[in-house]
Amino acid sequence: MHRRFPPLPVWLTRPNRWDLVAAALVFGGLASVIVAAREMRVSLEILDATPIALDPAALPGYAARTTLRTFAALALSLTFTFAIATLAAKSRRAEKILIPLLDILQSVPVLGYLSFTVVLFLGLFPGSVLGAELAAIFAIFTSQVWNMTFSLYQSLRTVPHDMEEAAVAFHLSAWQRFWRLEVPFAVPGLVWNMMMSMSGGWFFVVAAEAITVGTHTIDLPGIGSYVALAIAERDLAAVGAALVAMLVVIALYDQLMFRPLVAWADKFRMGETAAAEAPRSWLLTLLRRTRLVRSTGTSLRRRVHAIAMWRPAWRAVGVPLSRAARTRIADLLYYGTLTVVALAGAGLAVALASGIGTAEILHVLRLGLFTLLRVAALMAVALVVWVPLGVLIGLRPRLAERLQPAAQFLAAFPANLLFPLAVVGIVHFKLDPDIWLSPLMLLGAQWYILFNVIAGASAVPNDLVEAARSLHVRGWLWWRKVMLPGVFPYVVTGALTAWGGAWNASIVAEAVRWGDTHLVAQGLGAYITLHTEAGDQARVALGVIVMCLFVVILNRLLWRPLYDTAARRFQLR
Amino acid sequence: MNPGTEPLLALQGVRKVFPKAAGELVVLDDISLTVCSGEIVGLLGRSGSGKSTLLRGIAGLMPLTAGRILYRGTAITGPSPGIAMVFQSFALFPWLTVLGNVELGLHALGVPAQEASRRALAAIDLIGLDGFETAYPRELSGGMQQRVGFARALVVEPTLLLMDEPFSALDVLTAETLRSDFLDLWRQGRMSIRGVLMVTHNIEEAALMCDRVVVLAANPGRVQAEIPIPLPHPRDRLSTAFRQVVEDIYALLTARPPAIARPLGPPAAQHLRHVSTNVLAGLLETVAAPPYDGRADLPEIAEDVQLEADELLPAAEVLQMLGLAELAAGDIVLTPAGRDYAEADTQARKRIFSEHLLTCVPLVAHIRGVLATRPNQQAPRVRFEAELEDHLSEDYARETLNAAIEWGRYAELFAYDDQSGWFSLEDVTA
Repeated sequence: MHRRFPPLPVWLTRPNRWDLVAAALVFGGLASVIVAAREMRVSLEILDATPIALDPAALPGYAARTTLRTFAALALSLTFTFAIATLAAKSRRAEKILIPLLDILQSVPVLGYLSFTVVLFLGLFPGSVLGAELAAIFAIFTSQVWNMTFSLYQSLRTVPHDMEEAAVAFHLSAWQRFWRLEVPFAVPGLVWNMMMSMSGGWFFVVAAEAITVGTHTIDLPGIGSYVALAIAERDLAAVGAALVAMLVVIALYDQLMFRPLVAWADKFRMGETAAAEAPRSWLLTLLRRTRLVRSTGTSLRRRVHAIAMWRPAWRAVGVPLSRAARTRIADLLYYGTLTVVALAGAGLAVALASGIGTAEILHVLRLGLFTLLRVAALMAVALVVWVPLGVLIGLRPRLAERLQPAAQFLAAFPANLLFPLAVVGIVHFKLDPDIWLSPLMLLGAQWYILFNVIAGASAVPNDLVEAARSLHVRGWLWWRKVMLPGVFPYVVTGALTAWGGAWNASIVAEAVRWGDTHLVAQGLGAYITLHTEAGDQARVALGVIVMCLFVVILNRLLWRPLYDTAARRFQLR
Repeated sequence: MNPGTEPLLALQGVRKVFPKAAGELVVLDDISLTVCSGEIVGLLGRSGSGKSTLLRGIAGLMPLTAGRILYRGTAITGPSPGIAMVFQSFALFPWLTVLGNVELGLHALGVPAQEASRRALAAIDLIGLDGFETAYPRELSGGMQQRVGFARALVVEPTLLLMDEPFSALDVLTAETLRSDFLDLWRQGRMSIRGVLMVTHNIEEAALMCDRVVVLAANPGRVQAEIPIPLPHPRDRLSTAFRQVVEDIYALLTARPPAIARPLGPPAAQHLRHVSTNVLAGLLETVAAPPYDGRADLPEIAEDVQLEADELLPAAEVLQMLGLAELAAGDIVLTPAGRDYAEADTQARKRIFSEHLLTCVPLVAHIRGVLATRPNQQAPRVRFEAELEDHLSEDYARETLNAAIEWGRYAELFAYDDQSGWFSLEDVTA
């Protein structure tokens, strides 16, 4: 699928004082979760969990449970998205704090959330696996929700002015405008982000099913737990069976959900002309042609329409223009409360950290630098490999058409299922885990670079390519002056996604095991994993906060300028 | 006003002000006008005269600072049910079919589904769109899309129709067809509308369609003149009477508006229209060459160089500002310097342009002055942008600075690096 160069992500803003408030709120929130969890005495012995079986016949059932979890998280994400993005887009006050807040939240490593919330959820439902289920779903939710929320928010803020005016001039109420104009306008972006979120979610669902609480492990029935058990029992055949099951699940998801939805969303695309190659789906075409589906579709559409056009009887047509009431006192109260809560949060986080000691904090910062070094080196390698390959593929439309979906498919595949193979290899060849565990971090995320570069190279106007050819621009000059600038914005987009993915993956990639063999690399991800297993919540929090700070600060200092450069110098119109 | 007509719309002392850091930006000032039933009234004016702002005020899309807008004697406080609007960009909903787009306004008014569908189909039929009911806007040509825009406006059976440059996004032939189709429906009384107010920048269009034209002066927008056009329909574009009307409007638009006391900033913060130096050079050459030989009728030259009035007039005004041409009574006359420019080679042209730019455009002189006093002879863009934004809207400030940059670069008065956003005197030989 060809996508236009996405605009600057809304969260990649210039730093301002709201970032500090947001950081204080998030870190304070983490600290208070820890404090609350300490109060709860969770007895794990009486959990009614059923043991996992390594019988391949059980795999379809496990796959279904895993899929169900992902969809539950998706439903939760959609609800959150509609509530929060709408609030941020409509309320000036809420917007100021929500956008930086969401940015910090999305920088918290997903599996960090799991370490935190599991005790809390288990405490809420004592003696039942429901708490663990909810903790897993919550973790998947945190892997999916942020980009969806940002997408809807950005769409709501960029509805074309003339269409907004037309809707008002034709007397649509705010409710009607929301459903008939603003949401449809947001659909293509939201669907795309939803699908990307689902793809990314498989990685975390697999990681979140085998939950460690202190010395105990809770296994939720699913592919992730199946793999965890296979690893513990060194059963390579079972790992293989799980791989196959996952491939089937993702293929079904791709064909039955991703493609139909993206093809359907194309209807809501702005733009005057019909796309040369509109996204297609055999399932959607089939559904549209089936009479039964068509007739139920019509009645469904009628009902949706009635809700979207609902207007309370007591509200007359022709509502007068009103300006939002902005009173100083309300402002003062709102910002005052935020400041107080933020200060309290910051205080709580500092108190927790001071219990750990300066030496430990410096040690964690050093580990963070190691992980950063690893991520940076891997990104460099991945760019050197995938940018030229992606360009060569993208310039051949036939090939691009076939390989683009494959790259998307690979991006969805949870790379952590492949980790055991790497461990076997490293142990067998007696390699240094500090170096050879690193590639695992980018195993899943590298595909984002590839399919963005393919899209970028396909989008370079043919005229430019031909002009370069007629001027005999070849070799290194061709790459330097023609192709690399042409795909640069797409490289930045893909690399930013891969970057976020790599940090997230570091938590599972820096400390892996195979039966009794533990391989640990020096790094922040391993630090978080090891302390999660040890049940040391305060140190987990420290690790998570440091990782979060690394990501947020580098986003602003590195990626923001890159995006600006991409938009200013290299955008092809 | 004929007996038997009623005033549909009355504007009384309408004023619109946007607050700025230094004082305020007056967009509309003391505008009073009426639209009576049976009338098509045109709103003409240069850019910056606030004609679209005024139309949005009447549509109830934007609150006013002062004054009243009465629709059939009642003050407008929001979109009012008797008024519908046609947009320049069509503003159709791409995810709704033609029928869905036309029905939308009826559904918003709570019209039952069956009746809405019946009325929408009737409007689609009236406007010549039958057969396209299930098509999506992107499948249609621009002309067909604007027909949907008309059907959507007519279906709610408005009394007053507002049109914001409805034909300006269409090609010449399509626009002509739509205009005459609309006029036919209007004269045959097949629409519910009793009066029309249309914003246009196309002088011929105004002369062709309107019974009366209100000319707005710019900065701030205010009524400069009203011209009745008592010609019978259908009008002949080639008739002397028609040509005279067009001439008169051109003359009004190019006349220097009466000077009024304006609460605007220093001379260096005046709004500049960004007209490319290529267009300026081209216009000077064309007017200098035969058959014009230094003096040209604006409607004539507009046709000759294929420019619409809203493109030609700013260029002519910039030449006037630079002292390279004079505008009078709908004519453009080159000054001696303008003639010299047209005959000179590239380097001499740049010299003439740079001399006139420094003396006639205070902003350029200001930028030069600031650069000269700085030790490293550099200054950032934001420095000037911030100054301009104290007095102008953000868009105008940007356009003004961009104009100064292009002209200054062409005249080699200063250099500007777009990457860094810095001005400098480096590499400038002058």
